[in-house]
Amino acid sequence: MSEPSEPADLKHLEELYRETEYWHVNTGGKTIHAKRMPGRYRSYKWFTMLVWLSFFLGPYLRWGDRQAILFDIPGRQFHIFSVTILPQDVWMLALVLLFSALLLAFVTSLAGRVYCGYFCFQTVWTDIFTLIEQTLEGSPVQRAKLDQSPWRGRKLAVKVVKHLLWLAISVITGISFTAWFGDAYLLWEDYVTLQAPTPAWLSVLVFTGFTYLFAGHMREQVCFWLCPYARIQGVMVDRETILPTYDFARGEPRGKLKKGSRTEGGGQGDCIDCRQCIAVCPTGIDIRVGQQEGCITCGLCLDACDAIMDKIQRPHGLIRYASLDEVEGIPTVGVWRRPRVLVYFFIMLASLAGIVYGLTTLGALELKVLHERQPLFVIQSDGSIQNKYELKILNKSNDDMHMRVSASGHPALLLVGVDQDFTVPRGRVGAYTVFLRIPGARLATERLPVTLRVQDRDHVQIFAEYQSMFFGPESRP
Amino acid sequence: MSERKNPATGHDTGHVWDDNLRELTNQPPRWWMICLYLSALFLVVYFILYPTFPLISGSSKGVLGWTQMKRLNESVADIQAVRAPFENRLVGMSAEAILANPELANYAVRSAKVVFGDRCAPCHGTGGAGNPGYPVLADDDWLYGGSVASIEQSIADGRAGMMPAFAAMLNEQQLDALSQYTLALSKGEGRADGQALFASQGCGGCHGADGKGMPMLGAANLTDAVWRFAPGTVESIKYTISNGVNAPGHEGTRSATMPDFKNQLSATEIKKLAVYVHKLGGGQ
Repeated sequence: MSEPSEPADLKHLEELYRETEYWHVNTGGKTIHAKRMPGRYRSYKWFTMLVWLSFFLGPYLRWGDRQAILFDIPGRQFHIFSVTILPQDVWMLALVLLFSALLLAFVTSLAGRVYCGYFCFQTVWTDIFTLIEQTLEGSPVQRAKLDQSPWRGRKLAVKVVKHLLWLAISVITGISFTAWFGDAYLLWEDYVTLQAPTPAWLSVLVFTGFTYLFAGHMREQVCFWLCPYARIQGVMVDRETILPTYDFARGEPRGKLKKGSRTEGGGQGDCIDCRQCIAVCPTGIDIRVGQQEGCITCGLCLDACDAIMDKIQRPHGLIRYASLDEVEGIPTVGVWRRPRVLVYFFIMLASLAGIVYGLTTLGALELKVLHERQPLFVIQSDGSIQNKYELKILNKSNDDMHMRVSASGHPALLLVGVDQDFTVPRGRVGAYTVFLRIPGARLATERLPVTLRVQDRDHVQIFAEYQSMFFGPESRP
Repeated sequence: MSERKNPATGHDTGHVWDDNLRELTNQPPRWWMICLYLSALFLVVYFILYPTFPLISGSSKGVLGWTQMKRLNESVADIQAVRAPFENRLVGMSAEAILANPELANYAVRSAKVVFGDRCAPCHGTGGAGNPGYPVLADDDWLYGGSVASIEQSIADGRAGMMPAFAAMLNEQQLDALSQYTLALSKGEGRADGQALFASQGCGGCHGADGKGMPMLGAANLTDAVWRFAPGTVESIKYTISNGVNAPGHEGTRSATMPDFKNQLSATEIKKLAVYVHKLGGGQ
C-alpha cells in the first residue's frame, strides 16, 4: 500500500492534543472559557445576532410626531407605526403570545433549539461578553491562568476594564429596554439630567444587574438551571428533528491520530478525539455523547469539527445537522408528513390569521351600553315608561369625535337626554346618560330589544351599535 | 453542583433509614446563613422603628411614630387633595350653575352617589327607585317642583305633606264618588258628580281647580299617571281622602315627612345631592 499523504498539519494537531487535557465536560463547578473558531455557523450566528440591533435602535424611529413603536403603559396605548392598540384590543396580545409560542414549537420540531443557539438574548449577550473577555484577557488557556494568578498589576487593570465594559453594555441594555416605554429622546434627557421617573431607574437597575449577572457571570448556567425553555423545547424534539449530531457510525471507534495510525490501525473511525467540539462549546458539553439538555444547538461544534476534518483531509460533516433517524440509517419522513409539525403549523397559522383579522378590523369606535337596573324603569307623569342607559363610548381614533346618538326598536321610541351632539376626546372613553321613553299604552311587552347607535357626525361611515333591552311594568291583564 | 461544597464524609446525626440514608451535620449554605442573619437584623431594625411590643400602657411606640390612624389620615388627605380643585369651585356656586357646567355636574353626580346611598336610598331606594310610601325620584313628577333649586331646598329644609282627613265630613257614597273622580282625572276623563264634590269640598284649594296640583304647597298633581301613594286604585285613593296626610290627631293618617338635612350635610354636599337627584331622570 502506497504511503497516503499524511495531513500537512500534524504538528498543529499535536498542539491540539496537548490542549485536550484542558477541555472538560461542564459539570457546573468551573467557569467555561470556550474557544472561538471561525466557520460557517459562526457567520450565521453573527448574522442572526444582528437582529438585536433593532432592540437598541428601534426606540429612536419616529412616526409623525411620536415614537414609531411605543408601549405607553401610563397612557394605556400601544403604538406600532400607524396602528394604535388600546386595552380593549388586548385579546390580540394573547394571539401574539400564542403565535410566538407555536412558532417556537414549530421551529424546534423542525430544527431543534434554533432560538437558543442563534437568537436568544442569553446566548447573544454572553457571546459579546466573552468576546470582550477574549480581546482583553486572551485565549481560554491564558484566561484560566489569569484567573489563577494573584490579584495585582496587569490582572487588576484588565479585570477592571472588562467589568466596566460589561457594566456599560448592561446599562445600555437597561436604558434601551426602558426606551420602548417612553419617548426615547426625552428619556435620555431625563437620564442625563438625573430626572427620570423612579420606575425607569428601577428598570434600568434591574436590567443592568441581571444582564451583568447572567451574561457576565452565570452564562451557560442560565441555560442549564434557570431557563424553562431548555426543558420545554426538549419535548418538541423527536427522532426526525434535525439537530447538531455526531455521526457515530462514521466517527467510532475514535482514537488519537498519530503518524501513520490511520493506515496501520485500519479500523479507526474519523473522530480523532481532539476534543475541539468540547473546546468551542459555550455550554461545555460533549456532543459526541448524543443530544442532551445542555445543547443549545448553536452549531459551533460543527465549525470546529469541519475545521479539523479539513486538516486531516476527511470530508466535512462528522458532526452535522442531521436527524437521529438519518444518522441511524432509518429512512426519513417528509416534513409535511409529520403530524406534530402540521399541528404546530396550523395552530400557528390560526393565531396569525386572528392577529391579521384583529389588525384589519380595528374599529375607530366602540360602544357599550349599560342599562340602569335601579330602577329598571320609571313611569312618567304622562304615563310613558322611561328607561335609563349609560353609554360608554370609546374613541380609538386620533381625532376628537362629535357623536350623534339614535335609538331604534319601537315605532314610538323617544330618545331623551341628549339635546345636542357631544364630543368624545380621542383615545378616551366617554360616559353619557340617555333615556328612552315609550308611551305606556304603546308598550305591549314587559321587555323589548332596542338598539342604540352612535355615529360620528363628521364621518358617517364611523358608527357603532349596541343592542340592549327596554323594560316596562308587568303586562296587565 | 460541585462536590467540594458538600462533602458526604462529614459527621452525621446517627439517624440512618432506608438502609443508607444518613442525616449529615453539614453547615447550611453560606447564602442561607446570611439570609438568616439579615432577617434577624431586620427584626431588630423593625422593632426600633415601628410599634411592635405590647406594654401595659399600650404598645411600644417606635422611633418613627407610625400609627394606623396617621396612615389613614394621610390617605384621607390624599383623596381630599384630589377633590379639592372641584370642591373649591363648588363652594361659591349655586346648584343651577353646577348643573349647567357639564364637568362639575359630572363630578357632583359621581361624588354625591355615595352620600345618596347613605342618606337618601334607605327611603327613596337606590337610584331614586322609590319605595312604598316614599316618592320615586327618577320620574318627572315633583310634589315640590323639579327644578334643582327646589330639590336643594327639599333636601336642606325637609318637607311634610299635609292633607285633612275627610272621613268625618263625607259619607261613604261621597267618598266613593270623589275617589272615582280622582281616578278618572288621571285618565283624562271627567265625572259630573265627583267634580261637584271636588269643588264643594275645596279640594281645588290645594290641588288646583283643574287638579294639576300646586308645588308651592306640595299638593300632588292628580291628573298625571304617578301616584304619591301607590297603587292608584279606588281603594287607595279613598283611604287617602278619608284619612288625609299627616292629619293631626287622626289615627291611620298617611305619613309623608322628609327630615331636613341642613344640619347633617354641608351646603356643598346638599348642592351635589340636588344635582344628582335632578339628573336621576326627571329634573326640570
